[in-house]
Parts: sequence; C-alpha cells; structure tokens
Amino acid sequence: MNKPHRAPSSRALSAVEVKSKFGAEFRRFSLDRSKPGRFDEFYGLLQHVHRIPNVEVVVGYADVHGDLLPINNDDNYHLAIATATPLLRLFLQRKEDSDYSAFGSDPLNRKKNPVLSAVLLRPDSHRKKPPVVISLPRDFRPVSSIIDVDILPESHRRVRLYKHGQEKPLGFYIRDGSSVRVTAQGLEKVPGIFISRMVPGGLAESTGLLAVNDEVLEVNGIEVGGKSLDQVTDMMIANSHNLIITVKPANQRNNVVRSREAGAASGSSGRSSDSGASFYGYGGGYSSLGVNSGPAHIIQNFPVGELESDEEEDVVIEAGAEQEPNVPRYEPHLNLRRDPVTSATSDPAISHPSAWAISSPATSNGTLTSSASLGSLTTAAANGSSSHRARERRSLEEDGTVITL
Amino acid sequence: MKRFRRHGHESQRDRLKQELFQFNKTVEHGFPHQPSALGYSPSLQLLAIGSRSGAIKFGAPGVEFMGLHDESAAVTQVHFLPHQVELVTLLDDNSLHMWTLQAHKGLSELLEIGRFTLTGPPRALPHVTRVTAVLPHSSGELLLLGTEGGHVFIVEVPGFRELEERNISLDQVQSVPEDYIGRRSLEHVEALQENPVDSNQVVIGYDRGLMVVWDLEKHCAVQHIPATQQLESVWWTEDGSYILSSHSDGSYCRWMVGNSDPTTEDEEKSDIPYPCKAIMKIMQLPTEEPPFLLFSGGMPRASYGDRHCITVIHSKTHVALDFTSRIIDFFVITEGPQNTDPSALVVLVEEELVVIDLQTEGWPVIQTPYLVPLHSSAITCSHHVSSIPFKLWERISAAGDLQHTHYSKKPWPITGGQSQAADPPQRDLLLTHEDGTVRFWDASGVCLYPLYKLSTAIAFDTDADPNDNMNQSSEGEWPPFRKVGCFDPYSDDPRLGIQKIHLCKYSGYLIVAGTAGQTRLDVREEPVLFPPGFQPFALVQCQPPAVVTALNLHSEWKLVAFGTSHGFGLFDYHQKNSVFVCTLNPSDQLAMEGPLSRVKSIKKSLRQSFRRIRRSRVSLRKHHVNNAAKLQEANARLEAELAEMELAPVQRKIEARSSDDSFTGLVRTLYFADTFLSDSHNTPSLWAGTNGGGVFAYMLRIPPVEHRAEEPVTAQPKEIQLMHRAPVLGIVVLDGHGTPLPEPLEVAHDLARSPDMHGSHHVLVVSEEQFKIFTLPKVSAKMKLKLTAVDGSRVRKVGVASFGSNRTEEYSESDLIFLTNQGDVHVVSLPSLKMQVHYPCIRKEDVSGIASCVFTKHGQFYLISPSEFERFSLSTRSLVELRCLVEAPLRRVMEHALLNDEVLQEIQKSLEGGP
Repeated sequence: MNKPHRAPSSRALSAVEVKSKFGAEFRRFSLDRSKPGRFDEFYGLLQHVHRIPNVEVVVGYADVHGDLLPINNDDNYHLAIATATPLLRLFLQRKEDSDYSAFGSDPLNRKKNPVLSAVLLRPDSHRKKPPVVISLPRDFRPVSSIIDVDILPESHRRVRLYKHGQEKPLGFYIRDGSSVRVTAQGLEKVPGIFISRMVPGGLAESTGLLAVNDEVLEVNGIEVGGKSLDQVTDMMIANSHNLIITVKPANQRNNVVRSREAGAASGSSGRSSDSGASFYGYGGGYSSLGVNSGPAHIIQNFPVGELESDEEEDVVIEAGAEQEPNVPRYEPHLNLRRDPVTSATSDPAISHPSAWAISSPATSNGTLTSSASLGSLTTAAANGSSSHRARERRSLEEDGTVITL
Repeated sequence: MKRFRRHGHESQRDRLKQELFQFNKTVEHGFPHQPSALGYSPSLQLLAIGSRSGAIKFGAPGVEFMGLHDESAAVTQVHFLPHQVELVTLLDDNSLHMWTLQAHKGLSELLEIGRFTLTGPPRALPHVTRVTAVLPHSSGELLLLGTEGGHVFIVEVPGFRELEERNISLDQVQSVPEDYIGRRSLEHVEALQENPVDSNQVVIGYDRGLMVVWDLEKHCAVQHIPATQQLESVWWTEDGSYILSSHSDGSYCRWMVGNSDPTTEDEEKSDIPYPCKAIMKIMQLPTEEPPFLLFSGGMPRASYGDRHCITVIHSKTHVALDFTSRIIDFFVITEGPQNTDPSALVVLVEEELVVIDLQTEGWPVIQTPYLVPLHSSAITCSHHVSSIPFKLWERISAAGDLQHTHYSKKPWPITGGQSQAADPPQRDLLLTHEDGTVRFWDASGVCLYPLYKLSTAIAFDTDADPNDNMNQSSEGEWPPFRKVGCFDPYSDDPRLGIQKIHLCKYSGYLIVAGTAGQTRLDVREEPVLFPPGFQPFALVQCQPPAVVTALNLHSEWKLVAFGTSHGFGLFDYHQKNSVFVCTLNPSDQLAMEGPLSRVKSIKKSLRQSFRRIRRSRVSLRKHHVNNAAKLQEANARLEAELAEMELAPVQRKIEARSSDDSFTGLVRTLYFADTFLSDSHNTPSLWAGTNGGGVFAYMLRIPPVEHRAEEPVTAQPKEIQLMHRAPVLGIVVLDGHGTPLPEPLEVAHDLARSPDMHGSHHVLVVSEEQFKIFTLPKVSAKMKLKLTAVDGSRVRKVGVASFGSNRTEEYSESDLIFLTNQGDVHVVSLPSLKMQVHYPCIRKEDVSGIASCVFTKHGQFYLISPSEFERFSLSTRSLVELRCLVEAPLRRVMEHALLNDEVLQEIQKSLEGGP
C-alpha cells in the first residue's frame, strides 16, 4: 500500500529536501533518497546542523497526512525518507520536555483542532478527551488478540492471550454454571464453564476482551463441553504460555459484526478510515519491528461505555439474521481497496483486532489505535476467498446455537 | 501412493494393537470393605459375604465370584438355598434378590436371576412387609419371611411367588398364651428356625420373647414357648428335641420341644450375676455330650461391654474369643459321619474373616488363604515386583514360614468349587508398607497370600514399649479372653510409616524409606539381632528429617538415590558414605512442612463435594434428554443445585506456573541409567525429576571393581528445566533401538537383552502434562506428546510395561502405560510416543484408588477400598484371572422336595458309589 505514495516520489528527485525545526530555528539540508544511511548517523547529522551536540532530542516528522510521527530507528527513518514528497518536515524536541501525546496528531493543526488528538474516539463525541499517551514502538508487544473472526459465529469470540515474557498474571477465575441451549425438546439447561472473576491489573482484565460471566466454549481449539471444571482449569494452565479461549461473551452487544447492512458497515469503516490512515506510519513501524505478523491490529479495549452508542448500529441481534446471517461481509471493504487511504484502514468489524499494551505502567488508559497495515489487506482478501468455506463450517457450528437471552 | 502405504501401515498397527492390548479387571484381593452379612452353604462348601455397599462375594480359595446389586443398599442377610446353587440376599431397602451360579463353557458365573419386594395387603403400613427374618426352607422351594409386623410370609422360590394361603398371620399365632393376652403386640419376627428332623415344623421367635412352633402342613401352632426376655436368636438342636433361645439381657434358655404341651423344660441363664449385653446368636453342636456351645456377645456390660467376643464352651474348656472388631456373623463347619462334629468356627468381623480350628488343641487360628485383611494396619505404599527368581522366593517364604508357626496346620476348611485357573507363570510379589512393617504377599495367582512380614520398627527408638501389644492374658480374668485376628488399627506409629520401597530381586537388596526421612537398607545375611529374613545393612537419616518422596537402588553400582521434599542425595552403600546431596529451593517453607497441608485438604474435600453435585447433574442429563417433560423436571432440579452452588461458588484460578511456586524442590522421581550424558562415552548417570518441572542429570564416575571400596564415587551435574513446569513423574532412557534400558543386573542374569549402545540414546521425561523425548547427549527436544493441553487430564502414575502378542509368541514390545487423574489408563508406544489405547479404569472421584495404583512390567493394581486391591490387566497375554467352576449338588435329589439332610446324604452316597 506504500506504492501509491512511493511511486511519484521515486520518479521525482533522488534527493530528499529536509526542513528541520528545533525550537524556533529551522535548518534545511538534503539527503540522498537512495542512500539514507542509518538512523544514528542521521541523528548525529541533526545534532550537528542544529549545533546541539549534547542535547538529547526526540525526532518527529509530518507524514503525507500531516500527522506527526516519530523517527527513532532505522526502519521508520527509512520510511520517512521514502515517503517524503519530496519535502521532509522534521520537528525536534528536547527529550526532557518532549510531549509524546503530540505524536499521532497533526502537528500543524494541533492547536486549531484539539479533538483530533483523540483519534479513534467517536467523531460525534464532543466530550473533552485527555490526550492519548503513546510510547515508543519498541515498548510495544502483543498481549492479546481476537482471532478467527471469519470462521466463528458472531456470538462467539476467540481471544488469544500472550503470556510469554511478562510478569503480569493471567488473572482470571472460572466456575461451573449452566447455559441454555435449544434442543428438539425446547430449551435445555446444560452445564458450562464461565469466567467468574477477573484479577484487577491482570492480563485478562487489561485486554478488555474477556469479562465475568462469559461462557468458555473452547480452550486452544478444544471444546470444553463434557469436561469438568478441574479439567478445563488444567487445560488452561497447560496452555497458559499461549492461551486461546473461545468465549460467548455475556455482553453480546460488543460483538464483531458482519451484517448485510452495508451502510452501517461502510459507515464504520469510513469513519475509522481517517484515524486509521493517520496512524499509517505506526503500522509500518510495527511491521518493521517484526511483531506484526499478518493481522491488522486495532485496539479493542475501549471502555465499554464509550463505545455503546457507536456499536449499537453494528450489533445484529441474531433473531434478525435470517437473510444468510452466516455470510461474512467482506465485499464493501474489498471494493474500498482501490482507494489508497481507505484501504489502509480496516473495519474493526472484520479485521483481526489485536490489543497492544505498553510495558510502562504509565499506560493505564492506553486507548490508542493503529491502522491496518498491508498485512491486513491480504488477510482480508484471504478471508473473502475463504468465506465460503467459513460459511459451511459456521453453519455446522451453529447447530444448537446458544441463544442470547 | 504414499498415503495408501501409510494407511496400510496404520491398519497393520491397528491389528497389532488388538493382539497386544486388552483391558480387564481380573481379581479383587483383600477383604471386602464394610461387610454386613455372612452366609454359608454346607452342601456347596462356599461362603458368601454381603457388604454395606451392596456387593456380594464368596467362594473357596481360587473360587471367587463377585456380584453387585444395582441398588446400592447394604446387604443385610445372605442365605443359600439348601442343596442348590441359588442364593438369596436381603437388602436394606427390603428387596430380596435371587442369585445363581451358572456354568458357562466350563466356568461358573454369578448371575442375578430375580428380585422381589414383599407386597402386603392393600393399605397395609410399610412395616407390615418389612422383612426382619429369612428362612430358606430345606425343601429348597420355600422361603419364609418374618416381618416387622409380626407376620410370616411364605414365598415360593426361585420364582418369588407369594403363597398367600400359607402365610402365618399374627392372629393365627396369638391364640394363647395367657401372659401375653392384653399386652402389647408381639412385635417383629426376630428369628425363624426349622426343625432339623421335621421340616414341617418351624419355630417363629418374636421380639418380645414368645416363640411359636408352627406346623407348616397342618397350618397350626404346635407349641408356644413363653420366654419373657426380649429375644435375640433361636437355635434348634440337631436332634430336634431342644430349642435354645438367647436374649437381650445376656441370658439364654433351653426349651424342651414337647409334642403339644407348651411348657418350659429347662432354663439356664448364663451364670454372670451382673447386667450383661445381649447374646446375639447362639449355637449348640452336637447333641451328644459334651456339646459345643457357642454364642456371641453376652459380656458383662460394665467391664467388657466394649469387647467383641464369641464364647466357646466345650466340656471344661471355656474361651471368650476376643475379636478386633464388631462381629457380624459366625457359623460352624461340621464334619464326621453324621456331619455334626464341629471342625471349624468361621467368624466374620467387620475387618477380617477368622477361622478357628476346633479340632486341634488350643483352638488355633487357620491362616486365611484369601480375604486377607490387607489393611490390618493402613497401607501407606505398595510396590510390585514381577518374576522373582526362585532362589529369593524360597528364602523369603522360608523366613515367612518361621513367622507362621502359631497357625493351625489344618487345611482351609471351606473347599467348595474347583479353581480352573492355570498355574501362575511367574512368581510375583506385592509389598505393602504400613506401620513400619513391610509385608510380602504372593501375588502370583488369584489369591493374595501373605508370605513374610518385615518389621522395621525395632531399628528405631520409639516411646512405645515393644511388649505393649503382647497377649497378656491376665491370670484369673473371667471369662478367659483370648485375642484373635490380626486387624490392629492402633498399631501405627506415623513416624515409622513407610513411604517408598525398592527391591532388587536379583541381589536380594531391599530398601525402604520412611516418613521421617530414614532410608534403610536391608540385606539378607546371617541373622544376628533380627529374626530370620531381611537383615539391616545400613541406615541413612536425612537432615532435616523429611518425608522420602522418591527412591531408587542400583545394586550393580551399589548406589542408593533418595529424594525428599527439598532435595535429593546419593548414597554409596558399598563404602557407606554419601556421594553428594543436592538441596533444591531451600526457601520453600511449605515443602519443609511436608505435603500434608491442612489448607489443601479442605480444598480437596470441597472439590470432591462439588464433583459429586456435578456428577449427579451429568447423569441426570443423560437419562432425560429424550423426554421433554422430564427435561423440565431435570431443569428444575438443576436449578436447585445451581442455587446451592451459588451459595458457595467454586472457582478455579487460571494462572501459569511460576518458578516460585512451592514444592518445586520436591523430588518426584529418581532413575539410574548407563547412557550418554556427555560426548561419545556412556557412563553411569543419575536422573532426578522435581515437582517444579526440573530434571537434574548427574554423570557418575564409579571406580572399577578392584578399587570400588577405596576410590570415591563422583558426580557431575547437568540440568534441564521444562518450560511448562509441570511435576516430573518419570524418566526413562531409551537405547539405540528405542527400547527402555533394562533394570540393573537383568542383563547379568540373562533375563534381558543388553541395550544397544551404538545408536543414539534418548531420554523420555514424563511430566504430569506431557511426554517429551530428548536426544542424548545434547538434550535437545525431539518429540513430545501433549496430554493436559489437549484433554485436560493429568498423568498420575506412569510405568513401562511389556506387552506380548497373543498370536505369536515371539512378538513383544515395551510401551508406556499411564493413569490420569480422570482415572483412565492409556498406553503410549515407545519410542514414537503415539497413543495406542485407553480405557476407563478407576472412577475419577476415587482419589485414593488413583493414588494407590501400581504399574509394573506384568502387573497392575489399585486399591478399591482401604482393604481391597483390584487387579487389572492391559495385556492380552498375561492375565491373572479367576476361572472357577461350582457344580450344582445333584439335581435329581432336589426333586424330592421335603427330604431331610440324612436321607439326602444317603442318596448322595449311593449315587457316588454307583457307576
């Protein structure tokens, strides 16, 4: 997806025009686009041209959309050079008083349009949002993701918790309970396993993807039906390093939705496109860090209250899903691919959202958004082609569906 | 193409699986848990024991049958139908069950053929039909049922057809006597007895004391015997001339049976002047002087009220046999020309079966060849050794014989049926360990027979006076007590409890390890202080004292490895010094306290109670799925259960294991192997697996034989930490052929092929959650089989077993067998780690059964109750199972319905004498 940007610029000059601002001072110089060199060399060059050899600075640049993005490693440095058109505008800040919240927002219009800083939040929300704190990409690692959205019934959610390499406890409890199923004889209560408690500050809670009273249906792909609480406990513990739980959320209103109401779907996609696009650079950053393996990442851990009105229109109550409710709707998004900007986004409804947490404890309210990367598109395309197979599988799975009460 | 070939290979493997594996529960060893009733058939020479859980089992040695009532009510009475192979049981829920022994392909099977519940007149109170006494009539066709309402119902058997016209109602009986007129009802029928010489006459004993002799044919009362004390039992003497009655005040009376005159002929009271407990059962045999008089109970209430006694009086001999637990029932086996001479007294008490030889001076006990009380003190650990070399076997049994001199020399008197089981192909030993003793049992065949007992207690200083348990029959004590039986629940000193055991069957070294951290090494040498048998050789005391949790012995290298809850050590018993000690996780306070944490047990019990709820719920569901109406009912019940559950919600924390969990230093397994731990040379090595998923491997340098005594054994460590941190239960090194290494000295004795030392070795680490094979010496993971992650069950016990094909003699292979916490046994192939078969074996709620399971090469056991072992087999080839035949007493004889014993024997004799 970088192509549309890169194509004209590569055809243009081989030199990149750099305009660097530190405090009130500007410096202008040029770089060879084909041989940008390493980031540390570039950083040295900046210190040199600004004559601030011993001052630690944070380097940011304005991307094609006018958003301020950081340059702090070779990858995003190269990206910045590659995408300069041909002017590369740099903003240097002293490290001590650098304002991370500035990243992701439009450095030029920031003052005029403060709302934009709360990017993915509802556009129709005019409440004042605290600035979103984003730390540096190297501080990111995956903590959870929603997977297999294309093959699961809409009422189910498959959550992957990445426990590895962190101190945070998984932090949840399960219990026995009963769930209601439809059988030939009518409603039948059957035993089930439910999440009974979340440990505050635990991994499970921090993802926001699991909640008390969610029914656990599978653990790492294995159905828990007919298994005892102790067995399920042992299965989860045995898989704790890479735990994938399929749940039927108690709150069915935040479900990922694939509906025929194209208006709603494209609406949401269109809306998220701005914000997504504005984070384009970050997406690239992730891929370069090598952690972005395929799926797009959209943060799902909004406080539920904030999303309710938003999600309302996306929720399909299963009763109203007669008209082929099982067919995942990918077409609108595939069509949108032609538009480079929108294609860079992914509808949270169909992408594989993934939550990213920041290691530093300062990110308590880490509500941020990343856009889809190139990977997400290919995934989406693949999903589209596999939708038929998925439909078959799903119709099987939905026999004896759990009804929402 | 490739796929087809693989398919062919798989089906071939499937066929092989059928030839190799087969799950059978074969034999139960030990004494039935909570017995509640005893029955004996003189004609079949079989005894039957009913238990509180509704099980019945009976038989002569090698002739055992098992039946389980569908209802789980306790069996209150067991009666054989005279001269037949049928047997009637009465359960707590007032149902009667008819069982028979059916011959099928030359083997007898126990089958339930009928059930019956007495239905009284319409609108009768339930107590009217509550059965309190059962008398199978000697005709074998009638069953007399005395009830709580005082009626006697007569039922035709084996079909259970009520003969209403013949019932003996209370009104018919209560025609007289004066003393009873106007008094309370006679209350329930306490006893029913048949006149041994006139099968038409029965005596009906009522609880209030009245006894009525009733003529079945004339349907009228012949005689009334007006005893005034509450009745406990009735006995009709062999010649039919006297009736003995025993009463609740400890008295017994002898009544002359007159023709029609209802008068007391003779009355005796037991001559103790103080209040006594009831005499529960009385017997007198034979009638010629001097008779044997036997009764249970009747002890002076104040001084000996707590004793469980049977008094035997014969001429001048008077002994009160003092049993170890409550007497359930007893009977006397008779022999001689009239079949009236008592030869043995068989007593069923709550915890054991005792047989007393009444013909030998001093009435010694006959050692029981089966139904042995395994639990005479609690079993703390079991160990099975298969294929014992004959030499060692002989020495052990010789030592055991010396311990059994106080038993009667007479053979076991209950001899009915024939055992068709083949002679055991090998000699197996089961060792159980209790109050500091090690008991050696012959586990080769279907009967578990005690061989030898080794007591380790004398090696230690305890507060207990060794003379405490001696039989001091204090002089002048009356009645003269004699202790019988071996069940002794108070003998345990928990400090002596044995935790682990290892026996090298080739060298005869036995090592036992106790609760308090002592590791003892005993060798059979010249008897010095110890009685003949295993002699103590060395003693190791761990500091700080902790429970020994793992133990291994390598008799070739003369090394002993032992693990405790916080480390392990290696002891060189040749030089008698310790090679090294490795302390793990010393900060683990919990581990220091030992594995019995109170908190844990509460958690466990909670868990169990909820499992119970859950189980009932699941079974509920199974039954009612197809019925909508019942479904609602089930839902309602489920709701109630859930409401109950909500009061105390059970939750399980989902948390990854971390290295700072407690008990990580607990050593679960120790293993010796001659393998490649470094470079290209194979060396002796010691492997230890911990509770925290750690594996420690030590390369050992053992000096050559000629310097073995001087040069020290040295060790060099290597450590593997399993990422999933699940407890390591077993370590096995596989040789170049993928076969587990043989046991020490096995090759030297030509009993195993020497391992392949050319190909590369692998080590298999079995944790509670998965099986993992690592290459040696590099220790890189090669393959694994996940268990817990896939089905949520955890490995509890693991062993290597050899399986032979039932089709060809030549083929046999070694496989891994394991038992999960769900109670399933699985077989996994080696070295490919493929699941082969699995069978449900133990109920998952049966925690002690799972914990007690023992796997060896050819034998598998677990405890089904504190007193019984169940033996099961996974192999098609080596099966120890019951095969027995009981032949029905001659059918023709039974056609003559009302023949008495004497005539019957004559007929039988004439038939036997004939061609």
